[in-house]
Amino acid sequence: MAFDNLFSEIVFWALAVVTIGSAALVVHLRSIFRAALMLVVSFLGIAGIFAMVNAEFLAVVQVLVYGGGIAVLVIFAVMMTRDVDTGNRSTAVQPVALVMGVALLAALAYSIVQAEWALLPDSLPAPIATVFVETPTQLGRLLLSDYVLAFEVAGVLLLAAVIGALSLVRERRDA
Amino acid sequence: MGITARDLFLIAPELALTVGATVVVLSGLVSRQRQLTLVLALLGLAVTFAFAIALWDNVHANGAQSAFNDSLIVDKFALYIKFLVAGTAALVLIASSEYAERFRPYGSEFTGLVLFSAAGLMLLAAAADLITIYVSLELATLPVVALAAFVRTRIAPIEAGVKYLLLSAVSSAFLLYGFAFLYGASGTMQVVGGSSGAPTIAQALGEGSPDVPFGGLAIMAGAILATAGFGFKLSMVPFQMWTPDVYEGAPTPVGAFLATASKAAAFAVVLRLFYEALGGSSADWSTLFAALAAITMTIGNLVAIVQSNVKRLLGYSAIAHAGYLLIGVAAVTAHGQETQDAAGISSVLFYLAGYAAMTLAAFFAVIVLTQRSGDERIEAMAGMGKRAPLAALALAVALLGLTGIPPTVGFMGKLFLFNAAVNSGLVWLAVVGAVNSVVSAYYYVGIIRTMYLREPAGDASPVAAAFSGRLTLWITVAAILVLGFWPGGLLEVARTAASGLVS
Repeated sequence: MAFDNLFSEIVFWALAVVTIGSAALVVHLRSIFRAALMLVVSFLGIAGIFAMVNAEFLAVVQVLVYGGGIAVLVIFAVMMTRDVDTGNRSTAVQPVALVMGVALLAALAYSIVQAEWALLPDSLPAPIATVFVETPTQLGRLLLSDYVLAFEVAGVLLLAAVIGALSLVRERRDA
Repeated sequence: MGITARDLFLIAPELALTVGATVVVLSGLVSRQRQLTLVLALLGLAVTFAFAIALWDNVHANGAQSAFNDSLIVDKFALYIKFLVAGTAALVLIASSEYAERFRPYGSEFTGLVLFSAAGLMLLAAAADLITIYVSLELATLPVVALAAFVRTRIAPIEAGVKYLLLSAVSSAFLLYGFAFLYGASGTMQVVGGSSGAPTIAQALGEGSPDVPFGGLAIMAGAILATAGFGFKLSMVPFQMWTPDVYEGAPTPVGAFLATASKAAAFAVVLRLFYEALGGSSADWSTLFAALAAITMTIGNLVAIVQSNVKRLLGYSAIAHAGYLLIGVAAVTAHGQETQDAAGISSVLFYLAGYAAMTLAAFFAVIVLTQRSGDERIEAMAGMGKRAPLAALALAVALLGLTGIPPTVGFMGKLFLFNAAVNSGLVWLAVVGAVNSVVSAYYYVGIIRTMYLREPAGDASPVAAAFSGRLTLWITVAAILVLGFWPGGLLEVARTAASGLVS
């Protein structure tokens, strides 16, 4: 990954270390509450990486939805569950899962590094930062023109989700 | 580009179904009569059906059409699946009207969620780009999570709901990761080309490198991850683990819906994605799906033998049948894209309809047989041949069909699938399929024997079936036998539908 200057380079690696390090801690920490907090740190690190690649809108959404909403949800769920401090128990499948996980990671990493990606041409008519200005405006336009169907279906999806959730938390008259 | 009237016409079936679902849910505010809920839902489905027929005529006259700036492709392939989903949803709702008594007073929400899920499945069959595929898949899946956990008096439905929720979230993650690879390699989301002339994935990828499977590492990773993601929905081994638990724990009508409509749309989108976007590397994924088909049906059938719960057994039977259907996916393009041999696609489409009739009959019979006792063990079926003659007969016909015994649709369907496999050079796969059918006879016929030859252990009084239950049993059994005796008509329709995907 090539950035224009040393400063960007340093910021990127710092964000990468924070994101991956905190993600590793999510798995390793015994206290599930601390693990949830580490997950938030990992989310924020990803937001920083989004901001670095000119995806400001995604960065803000990442902070609002994942760093905010989802984090609160996870922490609430942890606090409302009993016996939270037991952490991940070891099971017989753990070694198998480890081998499979490492193999999958290696295969994906190899593909990502070696693959020929459909990148933007080297000789862009304008510097990339000027092409990607005002991404929220452009995204908004696209969502209501080219991708209006997906946008509307997502609306119906939310309606169905609310109806489903409400019928699950109904009064237990049937009990 | 705004939404035009033409766009709305092309999406009219889904639109009608969504409106119907909303009306059904709102009607619950006014009246909690389950007859009203059912009538409104069937009305919505009838309008949906009418629009789909109008679209079929339109497509027949003018060819496949894309709508919403190429997000949606309306061709006969998509319409075939829409008919199947709408028909299945209607039968499931009629059959569950008695069962829904135990959801009182939330029957309208239950019905509305089934309709929302059906709308998602219909969109899925017609989705033309990766984003639309993903959003419709979620619309199809999420209501089922709530439906699976709808009975809250026992722990099993809640377990089923949680399992389905977690595993669909994981499978969505696989799917999106795969889509990201496909987009990164091709630079486009478009699976099917449309009027805008934007390049499709297949066009953007071109020939690719001949040394690497799928013509490139990123495509290979994307295709395999997407296969894993869809594998959950298809109950394909090794992603089948949730199936028996959810079928057993969820309300029986929800199991029926999942096993038929959900599976049909998932197969449709797999066929469309691989055939249209990755057709160039068909030889590679044909091998992949052939291996998966063999493993899936063998594991499904072997584990089914030791089951003692009828719904759980139907879950393993669904896994085994996912394997048989995958034979058709593997046979689709063993010839490659050029020869345009549609035998694989049309045999999958034919079998999806036949499988829906057989599985619905089996689940509906189980609804009737367990309505009063709630006992789902196979032993509890003893003596049902005398206690509930119609339901027992329907279950027997359905199970014989699932085994593949003539003159049922199951025999014809398997014949077409195995034939497609042989024609595409996959003789070994057809042999594996035939051996598996013989193995499956052991447990399918075992249930029939229990029903007719064993005396009931305790209660021997007749089990009554409501009119709605009897009606759906008659319809599905008639479909199994009629399509078994005269498969020509449906096969012709399936061929026409398949040709929409090939051209």
